[in-house]
Amino acid sequence: MSTEPIIQITHLKKQFGDHLVLDDINLSVSKGEVVSVIGASGSGKSTMLRCINLLENPTAGEILYHGVDITSKENDLQKYRASVGMVFQQFNLFNNMTALENCTVGQIKVLKRSKEEAKETAMTYLRKVGMEQFINAKPAQLSGGQKQRVAIARSLAMSPEMLLFDEPTSALDPQMVGEVLTVMRQLASEGLTMIVVTHEMAFARDVSSRVVYMEGGVICEDDVPSVIFKKPNNPKTAAFLQRFFAN
Amino acid sequence: MYHQSKRYFRFFVFLFCAALLLSALPVLTAAAADGAAAPAEAAKSEPGFFENVWKILTEKYPLLLRGVGQTMLISLVGTVAGLLIGMLTGIIRTAPYSKNAVLCFFHKLLNKIISVYVEIFRGTPMMVQAMVIYWGYAFATGGSTLPLIPSGIFIVSINTGAYMAEIVRGGIISIDKGQFEGAASIGMSHGQTMLSVIIPQVMRNILPSVSNEFVINIKDTSVLNVIGVTELYYFAGIIKRETFKTFETYLIVCVIYFILTFTVTRLLRLAEKKLAGKESYTIFGSQSDPEAEIKVKKEEPGYVD
Ligand SMILES: Nc1ncnc2c1ncn2[C@@H]1O[C@H](COP(=O)(O)OP(=O)(O)OP(=O)(O)O)[C@@H](O)[C@H]1O
Ligand SMILES: [Mg+2]
Repeated sequence: MSTEPIIQITHLKKQFGDHLVLDDINLSVSKGEVVSVIGASGSGKSTMLRCINLLENPTAGEILYHGVDITSKENDLQKYRASVGMVFQQFNLFNNMTALENCTVGQIKVLKRSKEEAKETAMTYLRKVGMEQFINAKPAQLSGGQKQRVAIARSLAMSPEMLLFDEPTSALDPQMVGEVLTVMRQLASEGLTMIVVTHEMAFARDVSSRVVYMEGGVICEDDVPSVIFKKPNNPKTAAFLQRFFAN
Repeated sequence: MYHQSKRYFRFFVFLFCAALLLSALPVLTAAAADGAAAPAEAAKSEPGFFENVWKILTEKYPLLLRGVGQTMLISLVGTVAGLLIGMLTGIIRTAPYSKNAVLCFFHKLLNKIISVYVEIFRGTPMMVQAMVIYWGYAFATGGSTLPLIPSGIFIVSINTGAYMAEIVRGGIISIDKGQFEGAASIGMSHGQTMLSVIIPQVMRNILPSVSNEFVINIKDTSVLNVIGVTELYYFAGIIKRETFKTFETYLIVCVIYFILTFTVTRLLRLAEKKLAGKESYTIFGSQSDPEAEIKVKKEEPGYVD
């Protein structure tokens, strides 16, 4: 694993009106790392991911992508988002397009790939997530798990350096969680860099290289899974996990 | 489903006949009263209601057809142009403000102008707009007037545009925020997102409202006779003056308007169904037979999410 971070967040703050949602976040993610982010509802996990993808503008602090501030003019926002993609809880597939078109439109418009190349790349990733049979289906004709797998293929087709997952399985029926987690495990084993906000503790424990615990807009603990889940250093982490597993 | 639309159709035919009968009732009762009071010979010398209608139809059909043609031309072009105005203003008004202060200022100014335009044209009658624009031009140029058909198209277009502006804006705003974020997350710009993702969905969603505007325009072009545009209602006036059969003339024109709007409504509803999308898709390969192509059909055009 190389040590030069892809993403480096320093003193990130985010405020909605008077409401301070993120308070001094510091985090860096290097190539090949899988970072799971856990924490209670409202602790600011989604907001942090959305700041990294610039769906929200940080109030203060810096997010560096290979050393370049992502809010600065040197950063080509479209190219940046293509290489640091995001997978949403609600999938956000384009309703007017088939599964295949969902995976080609970004390549053609943003990366200026030819239609043939885009289709070939899309097929590669749709096959990888096991959705090659449904390339002509519209999102409304797919189940939640199938939609999420297409959404993952859509992001992968952009040849990203890193993917952000915001609770990718939380909107799914229990029997569909597995099929999506299987895909994500495979991606992790192939060395894709990921930040995954999740409530799937088994995934966080088994798959990630690091686990980040967030509470009240700050990162309370950032360590390897064995420390977080066996003997956390911060009593807040321990309390959260105890509450979580008690339910 | 087919069954239901057939029943629907019969219901409309029934309504139509009922309306016709009702409107003919005063004539029939008047004729009956006449027959009772006056000698039979006197009543016979006057041509009857149906004879009059027949005479107008056979003798004046070129005028009626020309009127229908102009009415359809003005309302169709006016609706399409209005939709384009609506699209343009809708896209402008929902676009995010630029970070550039100058661009941002002009964008805000443009939004204000659009709001004023929408308020004024929705808040005044089209008949008055026609007079103000037509005679306003004559006033400003010291007496020269605009050609009539293009004037009619222009007036219907900007009037419809004001309504379409709101329809399109509502259509864009009602698209789930997730569609924008999904596009942004893979690097698509706002323009690319609008063109490939949002507008196609908006078009589909607002088609019923657009059809509605078209039908309204077919009827409302009749007000353009105040500036002398030769649409159907204008020709009705001419026929009336030539035949002195006011009731018969306007009844015929009334029926023609109904046939026009009814046909257009049905046709557009068919188009809407077509546009509701492919209701089937093909699964390539199955676990037992990799070469198989399985057609999956949906009962209802599903558009949940
Ligand atoms: N656009 C917004 N405007 C105002 N407040 C917001 C906005 N987005 C999020 N918040 C607030 O920020 C806080 C953190 O929200 P966030 O969605 O980041 O939490 P989370 O950790 O992802 O929670 P969950 O597990 O429920 O998804 C919440 O209190 C929320 O109400
Ligand atoms: Mg969240």
